[in-house]
Parts: sequence; C-alpha cells; structure tokens
Amino acid sequence: MENTIVAISTAAGNGGIGIIRLSGNKSFEIINKIFIPKNKNNKIKGYSLKYGNIINPENNEIIDEVLVSYFVGPNSYTREDMCEINTHGGMIVERKILYLCLNNGAELAEPGEFTKRAFLNGRIDLAQAESIINLINSKSDKEAKESIKELEGDLSKKINEIEQKIIDVMVNIEVIVDYPEYDVEEITNKDALNKMNEVSKMLDNLEKSFDKGKLIRDGIKTVILGKPNAGKSSLLNAILNEDRAIVSDIKGTTRDSIEEFINIDGLSLKIIDTAGIRDTNNEIEKIGVEKSKKLANESDLIIAIFDLSRNFEDEDKEIMDIIKNKNAIIVLNKVDIKQNNKLLENELNKLCKPTIKISAMDKSGLDKLYDKIIEVFSLNELYNDNEILITNERHKNQIKKAKENINQAIISIKDNMPIDISSIHIKQALEDLGEITGKNVSEDIINEIFSKFCLGK
Amino acid sequence: MSYNAGDYDVAVIGAGHAGCEAGLACARMNMKTLVFSISLEAVANMPCNPHIGGSSKGHIVREIDCLGGEMGKNIDKTFTQLKMLNTSKGPAVYSLRAQADRKQYQAEMKHTLEKQENLFLKQAEIVNITVENNKVKSIETNIGAVYNVKAVILATGTYLGGMIHIGDVAYSSGPDGVSAANKLTEILKNLGIKVNRFKTGTPARVNKRSLDFDKMQIQNGDEEITPFSLENAFSKCEDQLPCYLTYTNEKTHQIIRDNLDKSPLYSGKIHGTGPRYCPSIEDKVVRFADKERHQLFIEPIGRNTDEMYVQGMSSSLPEEVQIAMYRTIPGMEHVEFTRPAYAIEYDCIDPQELKLSLEHKTIDGLFFAGQINGTSGYEEAASQGLMAGINASLKIKNKEPIILDRSQAYIGVLIDDIVTKGTNEPYRMMTSRAEYRLLLRQDNADLRLTDIGHEIGLISDERYEKFVEKRKNIFKEINRLKNKIVKPDEKINDFLEKNNSSTITTGVKMSDLLKRTELDYFKLAEIDEDRPKIEKDVAEEVNIEVKYEGYIKLEQEQVEKFKKLEDKKISDNINFDDIKGLRLEARQKLNKIKPLSIGQASRISGVSPADISVLLIYLETLKK
Repeated sequence: MENTIVAISTAAGNGGIGIIRLSGNKSFEIINKIFIPKNKNNKIKGYSLKYGNIINPENNEIIDEVLVSYFVGPNSYTREDMCEINTHGGMIVERKILYLCLNNGAELAEPGEFTKRAFLNGRIDLAQAESIINLINSKSDKEAKESIKELEGDLSKKINEIEQKIIDVMVNIEVIVDYPEYDVEEITNKDALNKMNEVSKMLDNLEKSFDKGKLIRDGIKTVILGKPNAGKSSLLNAILNEDRAIVSDIKGTTRDSIEEFINIDGLSLKIIDTAGIRDTNNEIEKIGVEKSKKLANESDLIIAIFDLSRNFEDEDKEIMDIIKNKNAIIVLNKVDIKQNNKLLENELNKLCKPTIKISAMDKSGLDKLYDKIIEVFSLNELYNDNEILITNERHKNQIKKAKENINQAIISIKDNMPIDISSIHIKQALEDLGEITGKNVSEDIINEIFSKFCLGK
Repeated sequence: MSYNAGDYDVAVIGAGHAGCEAGLACARMNMKTLVFSISLEAVANMPCNPHIGGSSKGHIVREIDCLGGEMGKNIDKTFTQLKMLNTSKGPAVYSLRAQADRKQYQAEMKHTLEKQENLFLKQAEIVNITVENNKVKSIETNIGAVYNVKAVILATGTYLGGMIHIGDVAYSSGPDGVSAANKLTEILKNLGIKVNRFKTGTPARVNKRSLDFDKMQIQNGDEEITPFSLENAFSKCEDQLPCYLTYTNEKTHQIIRDNLDKSPLYSGKIHGTGPRYCPSIEDKVVRFADKERHQLFIEPIGRNTDEMYVQGMSSSLPEEVQIAMYRTIPGMEHVEFTRPAYAIEYDCIDPQELKLSLEHKTIDGLFFAGQINGTSGYEEAASQGLMAGINASLKIKNKEPIILDRSQAYIGVLIDDIVTKGTNEPYRMMTSRAEYRLLLRQDNADLRLTDIGHEIGLISDERYEKFVEKRKNIFKEINRLKNKIVKPDEKINDFLEKNNSSTITTGVKMSDLLKRTELDYFKLAEIDEDRPKIEKDVAEEVNIEVKYEGYIKLEQEQVEKFKKLEDKKISDNINFDDIKGLRLEARQKLNKIKPLSIGQASRISGVSPADISVLLIYLETLKK
C-alpha cells in the first residue's frame, strides 16, 4: 500500500488562497480528524465540497475556516482518494494545516509526486507517457544545467562542507574497522562527539535558514495594531508611498482589513491594517476588534503603534497584552508633536521589545523601522554572511532528517555504543544529504526527477 | 596431436582458492568435474600472506562455510593461530582471522579434492577453449587432451600471463616457481573478451633463525578460540604460533628513497595497475613521506618450516637493495632471505562483461572466478569460485542461478560491485563496502545462508537440522526475554548497582535491561532465574539480536527500501537502444552491463536518475 501524501499545492507567498492537497488511502481518515464541517453530515461523496473549520485535534484550536473538496478514487487526479483543503492562505496557516496532516498520518509529498502517482496509477495513457519522457529529458537537461549552477552555488558548497566533516569521521571509523591490526590513531568518542555536535549545529543553521528564506520570499505577515487614531493608516500610507516600495495589489482577501504586499530593498512585507483596538459596545466594531486580535495572533510580526501625544490608556494596555509573546516592534508615533511621554514609555519598556520613534505624518524614522524588522528576524545574518537560503521544502526535509540522524548518533556515542553502531546513523545522515547533492541513488532520488515536472494542476 | 579425452560437465581451470571451491561445489552438486592446475604442488597455494580472514574477509569465509564451501573447514584443520579482531568495536565488525600452516593447508585441500567423488584433479596447462555458436564446447591441454564440457570455470589467478619483477629483472612466471599460463590470454582475446593487466606484490620470506625476536613485540592468538566453520566445535588450542610486530625506521626509508630509480614501478617497466590498499613499501614511503615508521608483522608460514613472512614489506626493488633495507629493521639486522620480495603482473578480464551469476554475458557456459575478475585476496577468490561452481551446476541442471544480493551477504556485495561497477584496481573486500553491515555479521552467516546452502545440496541434512534447531532456540529465547518482566526488588537493584546501571522502580522487561550499554545477556544470568540452558553460540546470537535490535531494525528498513528497487526487474531481452529518451552514455552502459533490476541499473556509474525514471516509465508502458 502506498502511503498518503500531503503538500501545499499553491505557490508560496503570492496567493490570496492556499490549497493543501492530500492523496492516498488515508486521506479521508486524516481529514476527518482535523476538519469539522459545519454541516454535520459525515457522508463523503466524490466531487463534493464542504465548508467548516480546520482544528487541531489535540486542543481543538481552530486554525482556519476552509472549504474541503473530496475526490473518491479512482475518480481523482491520482486515482487515489484525495482531498483539497482551500484555506485563506498565508504561510503560517498553510504550514499549520500541513503539519496537522503530517502529524495525523500523512507524509510529505515529494515534488511532483501527485503527477507521478497519476502516471503510475494509469491516469496518463501511453502516448502521454512518451511526452512525459520528453519532458523529463528537457527538464533533466535544464536540471543538469541548474544543478551545475547549484553545484557551484552556496548551498552545495555548504552541504559539501558538512558532508566532508561527516565523511572525515566515517573514514576514521572505517579505517579502524577494516584495518584493526594497524596502529592508525583511533577516533575517540570525544572526537566523534565534538565533530558530530559541530555538524548538528551546521545542519540546524541550514534548516533555520529555510524558514528565514521563506520569510524573505513570501513576505513577513505583518499586522499593524494600535488604538484608533494612533496613526496606523498614516504609517501604512507612509510605507506605501515610499519611492522604494513596490506595492502589489493582492486580491482575494475576504477579511475586513486592508492587505498590501510590499517589497522594500528586498524585504517583503505583507501588511495587514486592522480595525483599531478599542473597547466598544458596537456589535459590528466588536467583530472587527476580535478579528484584529486573531490576525495579530497569526502574524509573523506586529507593529504596535502608540501615540506619544496621548496618555497611557486601557486600550494601550490591551495591545501590550496581545504583543507580549509575539514578534513585535513598538512604534512611538507623533514624535513631531511630542518628543517624550515618560509614563507611556516606562510602561512599554517593561515589554523589552525593540522600540523606535517616528512621525508617520512627516514620514520620518521609517528607515529605523526597516532596520528593526531586519534585526528582529535576524535577517542580517542572511544578508551579511551570505548565509545559504534553502528554497526547496524537500531539501529542508532532507537536512532535517540528516540532523535527526546526527543527533541519534550523538546519543549513541554518549551511550558508549560501539563506534560502528553509532556509525549507522552517521552514514544514514550522509545518505540524507546525498539525496540533495545527488551523490547516491535511491528510490527517493529517482522520484526527484518525476518531481521536476510540475505538470497541470 | 590431440585426442578426445572424454565428456565431462564442468572444467575448472586453475586450482587456487577459487578453483578448489568451484570444483568441489560442482562435484558435490553431482557434476562430472575436471580441475586443472599447471602444477599439483600449487593446489590451494598461498603465494602471499599465510593467513585467512580478517576484517570482512573473515565474514566471507563464514558465508562460504554456510553455503557449503570448503575454506572454513580447511583453515580449521590447519591454522596455527586464531584471533577474533575488532571485539571492542561492535558486533558487525567482529572478524575472525587465522594464521595458516601453508603446506598443510595445501595438502588438506588437495586431499579433499582427491577424495571428492565426481571430481578429477589433473596436472595440465589449458591452451585452448573451443566455443561454438557462443557456447562452450571443449577445452584442450598443452599435451593434446581434448575434453568436451558443458561449462568452463576460469580461475587462473596470477598465473595468466604472469610476469615477475625484481628490480630490473623480469621473467615470465607464476608465483613460487610455477610457470605462468601463457596461451589462454590470446584465446580469450580471440573470443572478444577484453583483457586488462593488473599488478600485485609480495614481501620476502626470511629464515626465522636469522631473526632476533627480543627486539620485536610478540602477538599471540586468542586463548578462547572460535572456529571458522560452524560444523566444527572447539574452543581451545594449546600450541598456537605467535606473530611478531616490528617497525621500519628512517634508515629503511632512506635506502628506499636512494634506490627508487631501480624500482620497476617507478621506472615505468610495470604497466599493471596495483592496489591502493596494499602498497609496496616503496609506495608507502613515497606517498606517506611524513610517516616516521611503518608497521611490519612477522608471521609464521607453518609448523614444519622456519620460513617467516614479513607483512608490510612487499617490494619490487632489486634483491640487493631489499636485503639492505630489511637489515635496518630492529630484530632483522642479520636477516637471511629464503625468497625475495617481488611484484607480479597478470592478465585479468573486465568483470563488467559478466552476469551476476559470474557467467560471461555472451559466451554461454563460460564462467570466471577469482583474480581473473580483477579481485584480490584468497577469500574473495574462494567465494567467487563457490558461486561460479554453484551457478555452472545450476545452469547445466537448467535451474535459475543463485544470486546473493547486497543485503544478504558480503559475497553479494562483492559480485554486484565488480559486475555492476567494474574495477580499475585489484578489488579487496572491506566492511565499508557493505551498506547493511549490521545485518551481514559473521555470527549470523548461518541464519542468512544455510537455507540456500541446503536447498542447492551443499549443506547436509544433518547440519541443516542442527541449524534449524539453533534458529528455533534463538527465537524462543529472544521471545522469552521480551516477555519476561523483571520486578524491582532488592536483589535486582543490588545487581544493577553493582554493574553501574540505574536501579528500577517499576517492572522492566528483561530484554530492555539487556539493551543497556553496561549490561549483556551473560551478566544478566545472575538475575535471570528461569533461563534455559542454551548453547554458547545461541546465547551470543540472542545477545546481539536483542542488544542492537533498534539498530538492526533501522537497517532492515533500509533494506526494504533497497529491495523495492531490486524487485523491479528488467528482462534481459530489452535493447536499451530502443528506449527513446535515454542518454547515449546511459544506453551504452546499460547495454554493456545489462542490469537485472532497476536497483542494479541505478548503481551503474554514468546512469543518471533521469535515465532511471525514463527506464521506469518504459517498463511501466511495457506492462500496459
């Protein structure tokens, strides 16, 4: 039986909606665990659509309201049971749903695996197979060229460096195993441990750079919070009106908030302007406020704007509560009217968040804001050290696997396992990395080629 | 004048380690079998080191034994020292190694061949192989005897086109004064087989009387010994012979450097490719210039001789230089040579021309085994001889060949490596070549292979029954340990404390205690009251299987992945030229190697993942 696979099927970053796709015999079982349809009729029909909430079954937290389409095999693209979850998009929500699927029995699909299954399950006929072969060839030529480029690229340099470190240890282990009677210096557990710790750290950094890279490419989902008239819209306008800003117009948002996608000097922000936080009795406004809170919760970054010219109020306190545990930058606005506000500043200092003063009106201090954003996401490291960006989810997955194996090896070395037992994990980590660099061939690598054609859907 | 010398099933050409196993396997599988050697004094000779086994090679000997081969039994009869190596490094790489009494080893093996029903041992050089319609028909000896045969197994070792080099002296010869086989190379070439030239070397033999062992470190065998063959049971040997350890020094290296121009290796006289892993002393000194000393092992050659072997000092320098450099070594100041070190070049084929059964891809009934396939080592040779013998016999019986895969045996790794990837230097087995070495242990060779050995008729019913009993006992005991709960009480916790193991507060499975690094099956005997009486080998197996269960499972999962690809078979009548979309290089390689499975195809260098998916799609369309 083939496993059930899942992937985010929409291109990252630039869509108002996102689709997460499941295929395999456990698709419906998984969807039943994480999706509560509004219409409790549990019958699953092919080519049907249900509306409801995706929840985390562990704590019943609602992740997003979605539409789920059902395809009963063989009447589906892959000829297996399939579901497509239509979300409101946004990196965090899509990822959360993806991980929910992974945690509930699905496996991450290789790129192109849906198409491969479609082919192997007979969805594509003989004539089409020919054209797929041609496609593979043209793709693989391109791929070859690309991989040459990539081979010279930073990523493969970095991976080679890591591989080399691992190989150094492996070679040391192999030599004492294969030539026991010779007085080659034995690699001690301590040496191996030091080297493995180093490797683990390197892999960890590489893995993290993926998330950072993703932020840069997809945009940092940014929410501007502030009490009414604190200057939210002025700030947004100031940012949008900057000469350097490329403002794209993204449709498809269904929320009562303005969503803008901007790119300033390579820094992408997906900015959501919210209804002001205010205690209100007005029902309609109440909904807006609740939404603001929810949006703030899902964001990558909150820009919390406070009015220097006004007193510290309960609404400010409420905003402080929201940003307490989030990535946030405190922006003290209206510096043109009032330079300092001791009481407000003292209160805000308690949060230990990066704080800047601007005047949205005069558009002064925006540079400081961008600097802080870069600082908050440690994007500097990415820019300055020329740190590698992993762009491919599969690469990230392999690096994660390699890291896990290295960590396993570290555990067994610490447990004083015989060195060649520990080496099993070390070797496996090498194979994990080899699947990125193409240094060895296993079915996964073979699948990679299938992966290169993102045909159709 | 030639004459018809009769009809036989199989002719084995060469009676070294490959030839002996091949001949015995065929005869034991009821083939009427000829075994030829240029000199019957050279049967099962060890022209280089007088030892068998060692890392990964010891595994191969066990595998040979469990498939019904002879090497393990023969070394058990004739060893002078036995040692289990790597015992501190983990069960996958424990390796048994024996010093052999070389003459006795030869005599025992020769006698085994002589006694073997269906086997006809003959002294002769084979000078012709007749092939008709791509099928082996007959062979002819140097004195005109023509034997009609259904299969030929070539196991010519270093005799084929053998050329010995000592300094600027070079002459045609096989090892130890036995003449080379000089006719067959031409015959092979005429059959369209590509012939390569490889080189290997051996150190001097010296007289024990001239050595001063006080200046060397003595190295004894194990007190408790383990036999190679699982048919044998002994654990003590009183009169093992010691080896000795000494070192080269700066003076040695200086002499070598001063005389490099006299080495045929450096003057360009030797064209053959030598192995990287057993370099001559010249090579070591040149390539590892900053190393101050190199280890030398002085090994006995037998009980009834004072000749000693100097491992680590192989050389092709002139004898005079050799003597001078040997005499710089502590304990060898007055050394007397009995035989000088030499390099030898020989002809071999490209193993990529073979099937995994070791039969030639285009010449029906022509099998190859041992050094002629570009490998090195007695054990590597013997294992190929055994497999070639088995598969030649199966072929004559119209049965499918036995092909061991990489997850089954080192033998499978070896043959897959040379056939799929070829080799451009003499190929030596190493544990690191095996992907699944925790599964390919020397202790579980019987669990891996006895079924096969029995099925083909090389393992007796009696041994098989014993094996089945052992297997049953292993599983029974493992199950018992997994189901036995140890309750926390004073006695248990005292025991744990005594062994520096953390104490328990709730019930724990006995098997989980066994997994703790500081404990093992044998220590646990103290608290394992209802433990049944089991054999030592069963206990050892249980210990390893339980202790390393997690790791073993991990490798088994990898094997499953590997098998998926191995199970995608490619039929042998596919013409890869017909597959549109394969790159030219891939097409050529695939047509040359003719892989049996997608897995094998993926291991061919020059076949890219893109080619593999084209192949997969092509195979898929064939099904439809």
